[in-house]
Amino acid sequence: MLEIKNLHAAVDNVPILKGLNLTVKAGEIHAIMGPNGSGKSTTASILAGHPAYTVTAGDIQFNNRDILSLKPEERAAEGIFLAFQYPIEIPGVSNTNFLRTAIQEIREYKGLEPMDARTFLKMLEEKRNLVQFNKELAKRSLNEGFSGGEKKRNEIFQLAMLEPQLAILDETDSGLDIDALRVVAHGVNTLRNDKNAFLIITHYQRLLEYIEPDFVHVLYKGRIVLSGTRELAKELEAKGYDWLEDIYEAEQVII
Amino acid sequence: MNATENEKVINSVIGSDYEFGFITDIEMDLLPAGLSEKTVRAISEKKNEPEWLLEWRLAGYRHFKRLLKKGMPKWQNFNLPEIDFQAITYYAAPKKKASLASMDEVDPEIRATFEKLGISLYEQKLMSGVAVDAVFDSVSVATTFKRELKKLGIIFCSFSEAVQEHPELVKKYLGSVVPAGDNIFAALNAAVFSDGSFAYIPKGVRCPMELSTYFRINAGNSGQFERTLVIGAEQSYVSYLEGCTAPQRDENQLHAAVVELVALKDAEVKYATVQNWYPGDKDGKGGIFNFVTKRGICKGDGAKISWTQVETGSAITWKYPGVILKGNYSSAEFYSIAITKNKQIADTGTKMVHIGAHTKSRIISKTISSDKGQNSYRGLVHMGRGADNARNFTQCDSLLIGDKCGAHTFPYIEGKNKSAQVEHEATTTRIGEEQIFYLNQRGIRQEKAIALIVNGYAKEVLNNLPMEFAVEAQKLLAISLENSVG
Repeated sequence: MLEIKNLHAAVDNVPILKGLNLTVKAGEIHAIMGPNGSGKSTTASILAGHPAYTVTAGDIQFNNRDILSLKPEERAAEGIFLAFQYPIEIPGVSNTNFLRTAIQEIREYKGLEPMDARTFLKMLEEKRNLVQFNKELAKRSLNEGFSGGEKKRNEIFQLAMLEPQLAILDETDSGLDIDALRVVAHGVNTLRNDKNAFLIITHYQRLLEYIEPDFVHVLYKGRIVLSGTRELAKELEAKGYDWLEDIYEAEQVII
Repeated sequence: MNATENEKVINSVIGSDYEFGFITDIEMDLLPAGLSEKTVRAISEKKNEPEWLLEWRLAGYRHFKRLLKKGMPKWQNFNLPEIDFQAITYYAAPKKKASLASMDEVDPEIRATFEKLGISLYEQKLMSGVAVDAVFDSVSVATTFKRELKKLGIIFCSFSEAVQEHPELVKKYLGSVVPAGDNIFAALNAAVFSDGSFAYIPKGVRCPMELSTYFRINAGNSGQFERTLVIGAEQSYVSYLEGCTAPQRDENQLHAAVVELVALKDAEVKYATVQNWYPGDKDGKGGIFNFVTKRGICKGDGAKISWTQVETGSAITWKYPGVILKGNYSSAEFYSIAITKNKQIADTGTKMVHIGAHTKSRIISKTISSDKGQNSYRGLVHMGRGADNARNFTQCDSLLIGDKCGAHTFPYIEGKNKSAQVEHEATTTRIGEEQIFYLNQRGIRQEKAIALIVNGYAKEVLNNLPMEFAVEAQKLLAISLENSVG
């Protein structure tokens, strides 16, 4: 589904990614870990098409289609979803109205008829229950006055509503207490199927105790230097990231 | 009568009204530029006005000279450009709109805006001076409508016509809400006002139509110094809209209109304005100066007046539609959206003067600044000595787009009564690249994203416009801010 080849990218003329390679197939959950500054959020932003980031080399294929030439809204319509690390607030725009607009825009892109109100509201209720998102929060303005945890849960709720093919979770677990973490994990586990895929960017391996990844990659100084299973995550938790410096110069190592 | 028929009727009523009015009666020559007592007399003579009105104008002119000597105001939050009052032509035969054969001859940019605003082709033609099919001018439809208003005793005509046909009403109320000495632009207007609207709703009558479509068609001909007077007799109701969403150009830069509203006991007068005057080029050159004095008086107990404004155009918008709440239990509302971008400036707000007891006022001001636009809200809430248990609620919000614009708030609260309550809330928010990117990432494209944000923000104000215009105003907001982010 997703094929990243030799990706080099920079922000404010500072090179961050220096040859990132990654392949994600349908039905898979990949976790990306790494120290601060390694390029985790950059990867997420680049996939979503954030204008502040420049791709200097390499390409990204999504369903065999080059997406670097697509605008962010087009990539979203193609099926890419980014759960933001710091979701912003938009006062005056209700959660419901926002979701409806998003769904209609995507349907328009795909040449589909707009969804009628009844179907939409039914879906809203169904997904809300699925990810256990508070009814009161759903009625309010987009993220306005939400706590950090509530914002992250809103990201998962939106994920449920938009049903993307590839969902990128950018440090969704940061700032969450155990209960919120469990809810987020439950949401992801309930939504995963053999047609979609998840790219979970995380700093700590704790989330991975609740969401079982198929692959764990370690991003270090702009490249994936190590790939493995959940065991690798545990190893990092125990040893930290310093020992990766030795591997950095070498090719990617698969355990 | 369905909506389209209503439209046709109104349009043909207006068309014929205007033609009869005074276009054909006056000579074609222009007055030379400059302002003097002679100018004022000449204007009055050309309009064939009665003596009392000439005297009223001359008094206004004397106020103007006095105030000009005093010097221009200095308290505003912008640099007031030098105005050469002697370089303005104070009387010109109103131009008949150029006759074009088809919409193809209209400036493509204007056509594109019409399309975006969703203005019907019929109205587009009327606004652009394109010849309209004869069938729309069906006499029978026009007569039916005129009869309808007349049956109810509603007077609705041009100000000039009111002077001729209903001088006693004009004389009674003209200047009773905005006296000539109020400020220099009101004085100027009193001296040289061109024309405007006059409406009188008799006792107990509810005006059956929104007096809204009227000005859409007439907007192109609205003069520099408009004078409008709307009177709602006891227990009457009228809803009035002036201006239009379509961009309006005018070689006259200074627009100093005066609008007076009078609401007698238990009457309700609603007045809405949508303004999209030429804002000038990117550097703000050549734009219109919209210096307007608008005021209403709730003269009788239980009277209600509401002002709603959507200001998107002009180089400088300088106005404070206000209400004097004289009658006990009278109430007033002010809803405003003001957009400034490029180098536009707005210094606008309202004055609510509570004199009677149990009076209420509500102020909702929403400003949107983008690019280098500067937006100031200036509000006065005055609770007089007799304003027992009076209440005011003010909410002024600013939305900033980008990081080069500005929003400023100057609230003035004067409380002379212990039981009166004044509440004031204010918020400031910013839309930046990150908000737009967030919406983009959910599949929402740029224009839709901005429209979503701006509409959520402006909803409360737009809900107070007559329905058809709320939709158009929504689109106007979105169009005005189209290229403002990123």
